[in-house]
Formats: sequence, C-alpha cells, structure tokens
Amino acid sequence: MELAPLPLVALLGKPLAFAVYGLIGVAFGAVLEAAGFANSRKLAAQFYLSDMTVLKVMFTGIVVAMVLVFLTSSLGLLAFDRVYVPPTYLAPAVVGGLIMGVGFILGGFCPGTSLVAVASLKIDGWFFLLGTLGGIALFGETAHLFSDFWYGTYMGRFILPEWLGWSTGATVVAVVVMALGAFAAAEWSERALGGRAPRLPIAVGPLGRPSRLAGAGVLVALSLVLMAMGQPTPERRWQRMAGEHQARIADRAIQMHPGEFVAVATNRQLALNLVDVRDESDYNRFHLVDAERIPLADIEAGRTTKRFLALAPNTVTIVVSNDEARATDAWRWLVAEGVPNVYVLEGGVNGWLTRFAPDGGCDECRPLADATAPADETLRWSFPAARGARYPIADPDHFADRAFLYPAVLEMEVRTPISGGCG
Amino acid sequence: MTTREGPRPYWNPYVAGALLGVVLFAAFFLTGTGLGASGGMARILAAGEDVVAPRHVDQVAVLSDMAGGDTNPLDHWIVPLTLGTLLGGLVSALYHGRARVETQKGPRISVRTRWAFAVAGGVFMGFGARMARGCTSGQALSGGAVLSVGSWAFMFAVFAGGYALAWSVRKLWT
Repeated sequence: MELAPLPLVALLGKPLAFAVYGLIGVAFGAVLEAAGFANSRKLAAQFYLSDMTVLKVMFTGIVVAMVLVFLTSSLGLLAFDRVYVPPTYLAPAVVGGLIMGVGFILGGFCPGTSLVAVASLKIDGWFFLLGTLGGIALFGETAHLFSDFWYGTYMGRFILPEWLGWSTGATVVAVVVMALGAFAAAEWSERALGGRAPRLPIAVGPLGRPSRLAGAGVLVALSLVLMAMGQPTPERRWQRMAGEHQARIADRAIQMHPGEFVAVATNRQLALNLVDVRDESDYNRFHLVDAERIPLADIEAGRTTKRFLALAPNTVTIVVSNDEARATDAWRWLVAEGVPNVYVLEGGVNGWLTRFAPDGGCDECRPLADATAPADETLRWSFPAARGARYPIADPDHFADRAFLYPAVLEMEVRTPISGGCG
Repeated sequence: MTTREGPRPYWNPYVAGALLGVVLFAAFFLTGTGLGASGGMARILAAGEDVVAPRHVDQVAVLSDMAGGDTNPLDHWIVPLTLGTLLGGLVSALYHGRARVETQKGPRISVRTRWAFAVAGGVFMGFGARMARGCTSGQALSGGAVLSVGSWAFMFAVFAGGYALAWSVRKLWT
C-alpha cells in the first residue's frame, strides 16, 4: 500500500493533526502575502491585463502541485484514489464562479486573499471579509430556494483525463504546455499594456529569463517522465504489495467462514458489498441474495475501483466464486486497488450449498458429483431452473438464528472519508 | 509596523507560485486534501450563528450540516488551516514591513466608496463561493491541481465574470 496520503488523525491524534493543518495554513498565508495577494489593487490589475501576477502565481501553483501529485502517484508513493478531488456539480460551479468573478472585480479580493489582507491590517480587506460573511450567511438562508439547482448536474469525482479520454500523463503534459503558453501571453500583455495603466511599485524579483526557461524546462521534463511511467495499474500495485499480503492468503486470514458471513450480512451496523465473480450462467442458476455479478476482468481493469472506494466506511466487501481460487484473484485486485475490508467467502458457493442444502431450504438442488471432487471452480450442484437468488438457502437471513463456531477474520479498517475544504 | 524604510518588494510571481505549489502538494501528500478558505469562514460563521440562534441553525439545511444539534462546526481540519492562513499572512506582512493600517484603492474613488464596494464584492464572493462549493483556493487551486472537471470550469467562470465586468467598473481601479 502506498505511503500517502497519511491517515493523519489516526496517526498523530487530533490535536497534533490539527497542528499540521495549522502549519500548512501558515505556509499558505505567508506565500499569499509574499506574492502580493493582500493588495487588492494588484489583484484587480489582473482584470486590466496590466499586472498578471494572479494568473502567474495561480497557474504556477496549480502546475507545480499537479506535476508533483501525479509524479508521486506514478512512483507508487501517493495513492491518488485516496486524494480528495472536489466532486463536479457543473452548473452551480459555473454560475457560482461567474458570481465570484463579479465579486472579485467589485471587491478586489477572493476569500483566501482577503484573509491575508485582514492579517496585514488592510481596511478594505476587513470590509470585504465582512461582506463575504454576509454573503455566506445569505446563501445559507436562501439555499433551499434553489436546492434542485444546487444539487443538480452532479458528475461525482470526474477528472479531465476521463472527460478528454486521454491518459493522465498526456493531460498533465497538456496542462503544463497550456500554462507555459499563458505565461508567455501574460509577459507580452504586461509589456504591451502595463505601461499605460499606472503600475504599482512591484519589484520583479531576481528571476531572469534563463531561470524562467529553466523552470519551464524542469516542469515539461517531469511531466514527460510521469507520462512515460504511466499511472500505476492494479497489477503494478499488487507486485509492490504482494509480499505483505500473499501471506494472509496462505494463513487463511482473508477467507470468511459462512457463519461469519451470516453474522456480517445480518449486522445492521455493517454494509455488505457482495461481489459474485462467476459466469453469468452459474449466477443465473444460483447466487446469494444481494450478490452483484461482476466479471473478474472488470475488477482487474480497475473499472469498479472508483465505485468501491466511494462506498460507506462501514462497508465489508465479500467476493464469492464457485470455490475460492477465482474469488481470491479478485481479492488481490481489489486490495491492490486500495479497497478496504475485502474478504473471500470460504468454500465459495459450492461450500455454501454443501453446508446448508441438506436442511437449508433447497429441495430442488442436487449435488452433481461426489463431494470430494477437486475444487476446480465449477458449480457442482444442479438446479431445475435458473432461479437465481429465489431460494431460501440463498438468503443469509434464513440462517441468522443458527449458532456457528468459526475463527473470526473480520477486522474493520474504518477510513475516515477525506473531505474537502469547502464544506 | 513602525518601519519607515518602506515595504519590501513582493516575491517574483513564479517563485511565489512554485512555493504555493509545493505547499499545496504537501497538503495533498500529508493529508489527502488540498487548501481552502471559504469553508473555514463558513464554519466559523456557523459557530457564531449556533451560539446566537441554535434552533435556527438546526432548521437551515446548509447550516445544520455543519452545526446541527451537537455537531461542532469548528471540529474540521479547514478551521486550523484558516486560522493558520491568517497567522501566516500576519507573519509575512510583519517580516516584509507591509503590516500597516491602510485602505487600498484606485486613484479615482474615495476611501468610503472603496469600503462600500469591498462589502458589496464580498457579498457576491461569499454567496458565489458557497454556491460553487469552494473558492479560488478550494476549487480553482486545489481542484485544478488534481484535474477536477468542475474546478476547471469554475476557474474559467471566475475569470470570465471578472473580465466581463472589468471595463464597466474601471473607475474603481484605474
């Protein structure tokens, strides 16, 4: 498993974790102030094309952070799946953005920059902050009037590579190139228009043309490197963590006894995500209640990752096949993809039927061969019709009042969902 | 604050931007989430409202999410981050000799006009930031760096809104 992002609160306890957030805030505030973002005239000048500092600082920040995030993800240091991506609600984002643009040109700040203006005692910053709090309060009081709009056009975690259909690396390179183009345009615009508007007394700083070109070169080079490396596939991630997890398979630490499965399925505090990786015909003949059939290839290709990572933190994912081998393959991919709390149903469907069929409410099902046949992932029971889960034996609830003796394997890792800073 | 030699110059924007990017990356790497500002303001405001009118807070959906019932709106990482931003801004302003009481404005308007427009702009900004679920820091900067589609659409909308109105209100700034 990747090192980062760190479970900061679990690792340090809340007071220390909050101190880390505070320190990040200090660095953030200091950089904003040092860039001149406490100065409303400097910020507003962006919109008159005479001083493009806002664009330069913002896009440099975005591009540098983006390259570092996806580079460390390529290297297997950062699990991008667990990094918070603001979910897309397209229409409110665009309308809210337009309203903020109006607020920016009237008021001269945005919320973050108004904080550093307040801290450096700028009176216009104080008045702006007052207005911002008023606007936030106004939104709270009126949001119910347009809640359909506010919750509409939801697209979830949706990133540019998915929208464009490009690889993540190619998208990163394109964003870097676009930003460099914007910087060139900004330099030109400042030269052409900066003279006309009364320019603020700003030092350009010690960065000459050669160092600017060098910085641009480093960014392009790093983004090309991360594009060439590609983002980690489940297979690569599994190779990195196989040593740690292979032993758990052999130690029978991931195979869940049917009795424990019944306990989990009937526990109202847990949510069950039951995954059946068998063929469609076997699934149609018989499957457990609430089992969702997902082809192994889909799990291997990571097509379920996004959905499974978004499940509630109290979810237990249990994989079922006819025996255990195929479910264990699925387990490997899911663990490699970072899905928490994944287990394999011990003995699979065959084991379930052998255990419960004699008195479990399935008069129609019959064992095909002798019970000692090797576990070869075939369904060794016959059914008169493809009735899926419409047998009492398919429902764990049916066995809720039975007593079982088993070695419990469930260890819930409850991940605190990572939230954004805008809530 | 009493320095008379005048403020020191601002950092080169590319240097400041690169450092900003490193801070943002550190936030992602250490905590899994980016930066923000309006969220912290909203929570501090909700904490205030919860003291004055707790029943009202419980009844307004947006507020009760943060401060309904026993929920403490300040028990969220964005709050220390916001307080840290204030502190960092103060430290840098003191160090660079820029922490002084003043009103920044264009040459053609009075101080009072600037104050009035600052409040008005703030109202738009606060309302818009809540509607867009984040401000320039939380959406544009943080969401932009992790390539969120909504964040990029948002970013272009902010610039579009500003540029659309800039010419009509040029008296405020130039």
